[in-house]
Amino acid sequence: MGYDPANPMLDRITDIGPPHYERFFPPVIKNNYGKWLYHEIIQPGVLMHKSETGDEVYTVRVGSARLISIEQIRELCDVADKHCDGYLRFTTRNNVEFMVDAKAKVQPLLDELKGRGNRFPVGGTGACVSNVVHTQGWIHCHTPATDASGVVKAVMDELFDYFTTMKLPAKCKMALACCLNMCGAVHASDIAILGVHRKPPMVDDETISAVCEIPLAISACPLGAVKPRKATNAAGQEIKSVSVNAERCMFCGNCYTMCPSMPLADPDGDGCAILVGGKVSNSRSMPTFSKLVIPFLPNNPPRWPEVVQAVKGILEAWAKDARKYERIGEWAERIGWEKFFEKCDIPFTIKSVDDYRLAYDTWRTTTQFKFTSHIK
Amino acid sequence: MPKHDTPMMDELEKGPWPSFVTDLKRQAVKNDQCWDILGQMELSFRDKMTHWKHGGIVGVFGYGGGIVGRYSDVPEQFPGVAHFHTVRLNQPSSKFYNTEMLRKVCDLWERRGSGMTNMHGSTGDLVLLGTRTDQLEPLFYELTHDLNWDLGGSGSNLRTPACCLGKARCEFACIDTQAVCHGLTMKYQDEIHRPAFPYKFKFKFSGCPNDCVAAIARSDFSLIGTWRDNIRINQAEVKKYVAGEYKNNAGGISESFGKFNIKKDVINLCPTRCMWMEGEELKIDDAECTRCMHCINAMPRALRPGLVKGASVMCGAKAPILDGAQMGTMIVPFVKVDPDTEFEEVVFYIEKIWDWWMEVGRNRERVGETMQRVGLPTFLKVMEIEPIPQHVKRPRENPYVFWAEEEVEGGWQRNVQEFRAKHKM
Repeated sequence: MGYDPANPMLDRITDIGPPHYERFFPPVIKNNYGKWLYHEIIQPGVLMHKSETGDEVYTVRVGSARLISIEQIRELCDVADKHCDGYLRFTTRNNVEFMVDAKAKVQPLLDELKGRGNRFPVGGTGACVSNVVHTQGWIHCHTPATDASGVVKAVMDELFDYFTTMKLPAKCKMALACCLNMCGAVHASDIAILGVHRKPPMVDDETISAVCEIPLAISACPLGAVKPRKATNAAGQEIKSVSVNAERCMFCGNCYTMCPSMPLADPDGDGCAILVGGKVSNSRSMPTFSKLVIPFLPNNPPRWPEVVQAVKGILEAWAKDARKYERIGEWAERIGWEKFFEKCDIPFTIKSVDDYRLAYDTWRTTTQFKFTSHIK
Repeated sequence: MPKHDTPMMDELEKGPWPSFVTDLKRQAVKNDQCWDILGQMELSFRDKMTHWKHGGIVGVFGYGGGIVGRYSDVPEQFPGVAHFHTVRLNQPSSKFYNTEMLRKVCDLWERRGSGMTNMHGSTGDLVLLGTRTDQLEPLFYELTHDLNWDLGGSGSNLRTPACCLGKARCEFACIDTQAVCHGLTMKYQDEIHRPAFPYKFKFKFSGCPNDCVAAIARSDFSLIGTWRDNIRINQAEVKKYVAGEYKNNAGGISESFGKFNIKKDVINLCPTRCMWMEGEELKIDDAECTRCMHCINAMPRALRPGLVKGASVMCGAKAPILDGAQMGTMIVPFVKVDPDTEFEEVVFYIEKIWDWWMEVGRNRERVGETMQRVGLPTFLKVMEIEPIPQHVKRPRENPYVFWAEEEVEGGWQRNVQEFRAKHKM
């Protein structure tokens, strides 16, 4: 018996939740649950975890595009069936992990992955550029200011070598969110690429009264820039609409989220901002948010060269100058942000000076500073 | 569905990083709507804009979450993606799979959708990307009946909880992240599937302060594992580290930055400076330690978290929309996360927050924003939590205290005539 469209509620099953995680543990994981003693990264992308039982598990970490087909998943399953007794896992950062219970099984697994072309890059461990956490962009999202998968592909092609090696001073976690809603939680990343709009919303008087709750559109604006307005539509009827005070608009797009008749995306208006220096780990310094250092770079598909070069420039300036263990934000705080801009060769603009809420927290209120080229 | 001319997409088949374009083309052999995905993407690359219509409310009967509706704004050109809804499957805690189950998901999605997925969405769900409205009910039927699997959350629901891999393969885990994640996911199925909140609410569970699921930056309620006794030191292993037998950071940092040096790499980087060497022994003044994890990360064979383990409860994290980003605020420094009591202590705090927030939270207001609006003192009172210095980075810097009348001797009722009799204008 399958689904019966005439009787959709028949035998309905709901609220059963996900399958229990324990079903999916390979034996070496199940047997050593909570018994792990230490780990070692034996080569880039390969981790060894040692248990107090003496068991070892070797994990091979493979970068993935996140946007993947079921043919690709089936291929991952083929690898897992052949080498890992039919088990595998995915990480928070869109990597795939294959686990084996003996060192001798590692090389055949690596050979297998290598033999399948350039689709299974091994890496993403230690002081590397991690796989990029990202959002949907033009493949599925209705409010993006840039693409996601395309930009990430272009950036990772350029930084590929940093994913498969561990030659940076510390780890660098990257993320991309295609609009200010930040589904990709980019706001606490070492390097974040963020889709931004720069044109205020248009108001479509022909559709607004049919598709929008006007009070919700008005209250969606954090700066009170959206006000009620009487308008006349093409049919000559007087309708309730809104006006936008463009001078007040900060291009957050929250009005469009609430009201489809206020689109703001635009080929020239939209692009990417670059934010740096965030982290979530409590290790050494406290978790911090990323800071806006480049306010705008154009959307230039298919390879976003301006974004790729900006990210690479920051990464390499940090790699050259930072001390061991120093994340990008820790480095920038130590040398001072004025030095950060100088060393990264990024022009400092007024766009990096906060004028939104709680802005005062970021203004400098000490006589301590460094004489960089910014002081004429 | 015919192929389209996609020169810009084709460009993304080059380069060493795995190409989603090559992958889409391969899938198009079986699910030919993938040609239209590529075609519409190409159009977006040309126009530098999305071609998805705003919103789209679809779902399965009885649920108010788990499906996100999406429609093309150029359906005549690309009929294969006229409807392109996503289905969020609640991932198994910490994303371990066996191939038998994954292949079943693939078969289901080959029949009922585009064959494209996100492994995984940012919140954690296994995302099936792109299907038609008429496929949703049959898909849900087969998912629940044949795979015994359910949808995750979307909208103003409890979003699908997520956790790090914890005790499954990490020596740092101070709490059983999978157990609490799965346990609470099962307990709160109603809240995941039916919107009852002012806005979204996210749970995330990290086993230690390294916080590999970024709980502190993005979840309304997070548990981050910690301990309250002493870091366990294996002095024999310390000696081997000092002797240069082991690599930096478990091999994670290149020796081109110098060989492991306990003073430079560990003792001097401790944020509370609570470590020192006495002869060949490493000493830690644990009362001064804030459990940042750096020393343990740097020398995992020698140092381990203590044995009295639990978690800190952090509340109210969110991305910047609208008033600015918030990190989770320390609410309870240490709770037991005990599967044997069905996480009683954790559940107590969660439900206390929900009862209050469902009452006072405004439409589309995250709990962190409600906390900002009423202030941390009010929030702590609601939670019936005694204020302690651990709740703040530093005391307030202004004197504007909201005294209550009962706190002030004699109350607030006074007679201005009596005042005036003694103090002429």
